Amino acid sequence: MADTLTLGAAGLVVLALVLVRQVAVGPTTADRVIAVNVVGTAAVVVIALLGAALGEPGYLDVALVYALLNFLLSLGLARFSIERGGLL
Amino acid sequence: MTPAEAAVLALVAGSVAFSLVAAVGFLRLPDVFARAHAASKNETLGALLGLAAAAVAFGPGQETVKLAMLAVFVLVTGPTAAHAVVRATSLAGATPWTREEEADR
Repeated sequence: MADTLTLGAAGLVVLALVLVRQVAVGPTTADRVIAVNVVGTAAVVVIALLGAALGEPGYLDVALVYALLNFLLSLGLARFSIERGGLL
Repeated sequence: MTPAEAAVLALVAGSVAFSLVAAVGFLRLPDVFARAHAASKNETLGALLGLAAAAVAFGPGQETVKLAMLAVFVLVTGPTAAHAVVRATSLAGATPWTREEEADR
């Protein structure tokens, strides 16, 4: 079961790397913010899956905090970078 | 293979599949509105399936509660964040892609 979870986490990391490339490519700031948000969500799931694979319940607390920070990051970027019409 | 292992395998496979759809949609769709549409929903469902897999692997207990909180949080905040970004883009004056603009790209 641990192998399945680790392999799933590895697949999610590969897909997140594709989106990291999109953060660099853009082309607009909004595209980048959406991509960062998706990468953050994938990171939350990867942390939870690794916690289950390694039998470490403490990882779930990390995942919770990461999810909260990810949400605040997206809202902050939406509020303070895009709406004012400027780039980052 | 025990039923729990089969359930974990199915849930992890579903999670990776939906994340793949999100990544492909993000790469292929033409503008930020369509990308947010593809990425936020598929990624949210993929995340929920992945968290369910972790919950099955941990078994009943305190971890289940934490994972349920995490699932509710992802379910609420993922689409909300995407909506906020797209709304800000729209207020800044961007208009959705249409077929007529295809010649310009």
